[in-house]
Amino acid sequence: MSTKVNEMLASAASVAPVKYTSKDFSSDQDVRWCPGCGDYSILAQTQRVMPDLGIPKHKTVFVSGIGCSSRFPYYMNTYGFHSIHGRATAVASGLKMARPDLSVWIVTGDGDGMSIGGNHLIHLLRRNIDVNVLLFNNQIYGLTKGQYSPTSEVGKVTKSTPYGSIDYPFNPASLALGASASFVARTLDRDPKHMQVVLKRAAEHKGTSFVEIYQNCNVFNDGAFFQFTEKESKDENVVFLEHGKPLVFGKEKEKGIKLDGFTPTVVSTKDGKYSVNDLLVHNEKDTTLSFILADMTMKPALPRPVGIFLSLERPTYDDMMTLQIDEAKKKRGEGDLEKLLNSGDTWMIN
Amino acid sequence: MAKNTQNLDEVTIRFAGDSGDGMQLTGTQFTNTTALLGNDLSTLPDYPAEIRAPQGTLFGVSGFQIHFGSLEINTPGDQCDVLVAMNAAALKVNLGSLVDGGAIIVNTDGFSDKNLKLAGYPSNPLKDPAIQKYTLYEVDITKLTTLALQDMNLSSKIVDRSKNFFALGMMYWMYNRPLEPTIEWIKKKFSAKPDIMESNIRVLKAGWNYGETTEIFKVRYEVGPAKLTPGKYRNITGNQATAWGFIAAAKKAHLDLFLGSYPITPASDILHELSMYKSYGVKTFQAEDEIAGVTSAIGASFGGSLAITTTSGPGVALKTEALGLAVMVELPVVVINVQRGGPSTGLPTKTEQADLLQALYGRNGEAPIPIVAASTPGNCFYAAIEASRIALKYMTPVFLMTDGYLANGSEPWLIPKSSDLPDLTVKFRTEAEGFMPYLRDEKTLARPWAIPGTPGLEHRIGGLEKQHLTGNVSYDPANHEYMVRLRAEKVERIADDIPTAKVEGDAKGDLLVVGWGGTYGAIKSAVTKMRAEGHSVSHLHLTHLNPMPKNTGEILYNFKNVLVPELNMGQLVKVLRSKYLVPAVGLNKIQGLPFKSVEIEKKIVEILKGGK
Repeated sequence: MSTKVNEMLASAASVAPVKYTSKDFSSDQDVRWCPGCGDYSILAQTQRVMPDLGIPKHKTVFVSGIGCSSRFPYYMNTYGFHSIHGRATAVASGLKMARPDLSVWIVTGDGDGMSIGGNHLIHLLRRNIDVNVLLFNNQIYGLTKGQYSPTSEVGKVTKSTPYGSIDYPFNPASLALGASASFVARTLDRDPKHMQVVLKRAAEHKGTSFVEIYQNCNVFNDGAFFQFTEKESKDENVVFLEHGKPLVFGKEKEKGIKLDGFTPTVVSTKDGKYSVNDLLVHNEKDTTLSFILADMTMKPALPRPVGIFLSLERPTYDDMMTLQIDEAKKKRGEGDLEKLLNSGDTWMIN
Repeated sequence: MAKNTQNLDEVTIRFAGDSGDGMQLTGTQFTNTTALLGNDLSTLPDYPAEIRAPQGTLFGVSGFQIHFGSLEINTPGDQCDVLVAMNAAALKVNLGSLVDGGAIIVNTDGFSDKNLKLAGYPSNPLKDPAIQKYTLYEVDITKLTTLALQDMNLSSKIVDRSKNFFALGMMYWMYNRPLEPTIEWIKKKFSAKPDIMESNIRVLKAGWNYGETTEIFKVRYEVGPAKLTPGKYRNITGNQATAWGFIAAAKKAHLDLFLGSYPITPASDILHELSMYKSYGVKTFQAEDEIAGVTSAIGASFGGSLAITTTSGPGVALKTEALGLAVMVELPVVVINVQRGGPSTGLPTKTEQADLLQALYGRNGEAPIPIVAASTPGNCFYAAIEASRIALKYMTPVFLMTDGYLANGSEPWLIPKSSDLPDLTVKFRTEAEGFMPYLRDEKTLARPWAIPGTPGLEHRIGGLEKQHLTGNVSYDPANHEYMVRLRAEKVERIADDIPTAKVEGDAKGDLLVVGWGGTYGAIKSAVTKMRAEGHSVSHLHLTHLNPMPKNTGEILYNFKNVLVPELNMGQLVKVLRSKYLVPAVGLNKIQGLPFKSVEIEKKIVEILKGGK
């Protein structure tokens, strides 16, 4: 059927492809995050990655909820929708179902995505709609000026928890895996190269891509992730996940993760007892392993896993929806209004 | 033996039994067959919220009333002439709605000691002399059903489930209706279960034959076809008509239809209906909650779909914030509120009109939303098209108000020609030159619909206040007031684009009865009767509640009295009084049931006599 949308798409198809630079993705709006905010890096990496994706900017849409992170769409020179608190995932779901031809990105935060919007997030992940979720995790409510968030650590003293938070935090990666996400990754605002790689992989993944980005809020929660992002502590505290490679870390790559039953443990590869061959080898297609790796996040004695936990092919909701419609049209023919109105039991009055 | 046949102009039958007895199915089958015979009709399904409440209990009683005739039928009937009661509880619950001298057909097997106790009867009401003011037909339907099936070796459960077809067969005999439409339906429905197919058909015929051969029924009735407008008809429920209205609107707009919805009584049937029409490009999304229902629709609207969300009052409460967003981003979305009894969970399966003020005012900030209300089951089709037209043309969310009574009720519907329906073709903005997201159409004040995928029109929208023209975020005080006034004016201007209100009856007089929504039939019946008796009464029924037709005030001022019957505490009357400063009075009923015409007639007489 020729819809008005199809007519527009047909005429847009004749527009010659453009070779973009990152600047093409920068809007004319002044960026208004606090100076020093980790969001600047995420914006820069996203704009850097966009030209490599081969998707025209008019086919790209950024959808956000409410919070500091959710101002993101205003700074991207693509289509954008700054929606309401927690609902970006649902707005984006509707958009992608209506328009599977678009590249849809969701920008959310730990409060927007996991507190008020927790329900939509888990349902998006299980449905596996082909969109990308960037969850900026700064473990604090920034825009409302400093309350604890669903990822804040127990005991955290904030404006709303003067005696320390008694909420047990979510681990976003475990939550996403528990919701049957097909792509789950973690990256760092202060590691631009790693973030670019992860963003590209997320864009390429067919299905919902869930990317948690550790993001420093230098006003209300400064240094929350410094042990994972700063030069002097990073090597000792982060293990980077690479598909097909053993899990090694440490200043001289002298440590690694070995599985003891289902329990990851830190071993040395330099003291002669274990070698690299004894170490756990990452496999991003292994769901069971992804749960074990994500759970390391909650074990202070273990290095923090960063990278792609899981990347699995699974049918997407939008593809299946399109397929059902195509099959129905094939079987019954293009819907005809006159036929519909005259269907079923009818009678004549003369 | 030869039986008497009497002609009737109209009759009302009520089928009542346990919620597991299949009374809704029985009623629906009787309705469809009656429609095929060319009678005018109106139905009222009346069922409990429980799917299968404990057997024999009063709260488990499910009823279905049909009023049909050779005359114009506007309501499901104030009282029934015939009550079919499958057990004691059904008799107790429904006897009050039977006219004096009416007929009762009971399944005597449903009057065991246990049934009587559950129904709270100290003794068998069938033996009580009080029942003699009715014509009582005692039939052991259970036993006769079992006998009809005795050689089939069926489980007692299947036998028991067939007995509603016996009752249906008897009623078909009594009102001289053919069995074939129901037999065809049974064949289709149970094609995979030949045992059940055969047993139901057998029992249906057994019921008919029982009427024909037994001597307890002395009279048969003939109800001739009604003089309806010539044309092709079908029977349609409000929910089905609503669903079809949106399919038609999408076709006429050359857009795909997107429904984001969360199941809720009594709106779910619209979701069920639309989910069948994938070949029409209809996308239905059963969302995780009411909020995702509306926000997914807003997302689809951003993408260029005719986007709708179906719900009932509690769901509207949850969608409220998102509707404010739709007002701010000025995207077309239709919210269908199939109203039910409230507040809170209220009466999920019962009807009410108490969400008008919610639709008008229930949002934070100044957030006007146009409102369209359907008046009859078949009218839901046109109301859906009109709501879509306004949404698409004015780039705005729109409320379509129906209610449980319209949703589940049905009537014969004159099938329109697709070519007679209004053209709703939309024009997306495609020219990059001079594009601004909030540059408005001079006449309608609608902003352009520029959908993602259009080269050169990349822009951002959102819930923060917009700068006039550019749509950029703006905190400027003067701009905010300007935008609030613009959004209000945009909705007000719709009044220039809707038909003027038309009074049924004289344009001037002693009393104007003003209604909206599903009370149309009851008000029309009452006013017609009062006029026939020589009273100076007219009827105005509003389809557009925001904005109202421009001549509404003028009409009101032409009458000495204004009466507003509503199934709420007085919501439209409050609006009319404040907007037009008329001393309108309300007639209010909040029982989860539609008005009876007689209730309105009584009030009309009271007002005309000078009382208020």
